[in-house]
Amino acid sequence: MMDLLRQVHERNLVRWAKDKPEVVVFSGDLTGSTEIRAFRDAYPGRFFSLGMAEQNMMSWAGGMAREGYSPFIHTFAVFLYRRALDQIEMSIAYPNLRVRMFGFLPGITTPGGVSHQAIDDIAVLRGLPNMTILETGDATDVESVLDTAHGIDGPVYVRMIRKEIPRLFPSDQPMELNKVRRIREGTDVTVITSGICTEEAMRAAAALESRGLSVEHLHATTIKPFSDPQVVESCARAKYGVVTLENHNVMGGLGTSVAELMAEHGIGKRLVKLGLFDTYAHGASREYLMKEYHLDALSLVERLEELTEERFGISEEELTAVRVSDFNSEGQLEAL
Amino acid sequence: MPNQTETPWIRKAKSVANGIRRRALELTIKRNGCYLSQALSSAEILAALYSRILNIGPSTGDPVPGPFPGVPRPGFHPLGADYNGPRQPELDRLLLSAAHYAVAVYAALVETGRMAPEGLEQFNTDGSSVEMIGGEHSPGMELTTGSFGQALSQAGGIAMARRLKEESGKVWVFMSDGEFEEGQTYEAVQALVNFELDNVAVFVDVNGQQVDGAIEEVMRIEPLASRLEGFGAKVVSVDGHNLQALEDASRTHHENRPLFILCYTDTARGVPLLQKRKPHLHFVRFKDETERQEFAGFLEGME
Repeated sequence: MMDLLRQVHERNLVRWAKDKPEVVVFSGDLTGSTEIRAFRDAYPGRFFSLGMAEQNMMSWAGGMAREGYSPFIHTFAVFLYRRALDQIEMSIAYPNLRVRMFGFLPGITTPGGVSHQAIDDIAVLRGLPNMTILETGDATDVESVLDTAHGIDGPVYVRMIRKEIPRLFPSDQPMELNKVRRIREGTDVTVITSGICTEEAMRAAAALESRGLSVEHLHATTIKPFSDPQVVESCARAKYGVVTLENHNVMGGLGTSVAELMAEHGIGKRLVKLGLFDTYAHGASREYLMKEYHLDALSLVERLEELTEERFGISEEELTAVRVSDFNSEGQLEAL
Repeated sequence: MPNQTETPWIRKAKSVANGIRRRALELTIKRNGCYLSQALSSAEILAALYSRILNIGPSTGDPVPGPFPGVPRPGFHPLGADYNGPRQPELDRLLLSAAHYAVAVYAALVETGRMAPEGLEQFNTDGSSVEMIGGEHSPGMELTTGSFGQALSQAGGIAMARRLKEESGKVWVFMSDGEFEEGQTYEAVQALVNFELDNVAVFVDVNGQQVDGAIEEVMRIEPLASRLEGFGAKVVSVDGHNLQALEDASRTHHENRPLFILCYTDTARGVPLLQKRKPHLHFVRFKDETERQEFAGFLEGME
């Protein structure tokens, strides 16, 4: 049973920003939903409500960053990269300013449906020069992403998870820029995952290992840049091939980054990219959508069976036993 | 004959405005194409800003700008704003929102001794930082604003930061009227009013013209003054070719709110030959050699 924590960012941001007067927080009318209520109450002079006007909010942040402040923009990811892309490009990315964009509700983590689900944010933002892209998958990532982002001389986009989240990695092992977390060592298949998919893959990998499959499992927290030699090494030695699993369209995200790296290094192994197969999703619970779109542990097992042409006899019950939580509570009832 | 009732700054600014027009026309003829009409409509606004209104120090940029220094990157930020003097708490800033006015700004820098005439010679030549639609590496530019409607929001961020740092200098923005078709402009006005930023003042060149023709025909934006007043901004409307009116407008009290100075102007001002080509003046290029010679002849007679 792994630890589940609540409101990690809410508490951590207040503590972390205490001695950083240059850090100002922007809210796009989603203060509670993006866990910055405590920051607002602790440092009202550094909190700015920019309302529902994302284009203005992005350019405004660029202006403040030019004067030495470091705006931490908080809103749902879709409203950042979809609604205000030109503003991100011209007011933030081109001038290489220290603006940190915290995009919440990545992929299918919300029952809010297509308008609220950021399924192509990485694909869009990966093409922007100067942009760094980070993704969080557990409480330790959520805590340490602040230091990682703050150390970058340029704009950063962070895919944030929130509310009830697991702690998968020890809290004294922070994420590191452009370095994957190696969760499991193995030689048969290399599984590379990010965000909420990592927890799924950890369950699958444990079960597979018990059936004799040697799994190498990497967790990517830096999506751009993407050049960690560990990835190259792990892909090169995978006997059957490489599988990526991401909470994003399979085009332009983690799987694409891995494909490019493998091709650049002449690694002639099979690559299976799992994620949303070039489709928008719809509004339903996260668990329902993860099954429907094959982002869950069982889907990963099934694809590995295809890849290795073996049957492992792993049941859904065996995989879900690891984590039980009440997903039908507030997750689905929240006003979006 | 100089007008004896004119104050010295008006006499100086008039010559700056004429110089802006002459230099822009010269380039249009030499290169057979330039954003000429923008220079003609904005000449007095820029002349008044640089010779009277702005509280800025002398240029710290190279008199003859160096080549394009590369795009902003970690550890490197080009600063076209150096031509507007040093960044100091008590000094003003000028942010150019309509980057298509670049030639007018460059010419104004030459006329006010902030850039050497050789700098303007580089205009729109390969490898130069004196680009046709400049960016923040171009003389006189602090932002990269060729995509319209973004400078006012950035000005808001800069003004808010300067207020937090208790800097007394003002943030001046130069906009074009076409930018009032962009939704972001209204988001920005809303936010400037919301945060009561009275360290922001905006000159708008209302020349009534955009790429497809007259704004009136393409997408109406009037009544601009009452629109902005409706948002809660302080608004003054002036004849944008009247230097004294421009200066008076810039001194308007606008406590707890941004100031918008709507400058109504003429895109053929000073070069009446252009009248017949209205309203298609976004980028002036001559139809043939005869027309070019006609304008060259006019240029010889200019002050």
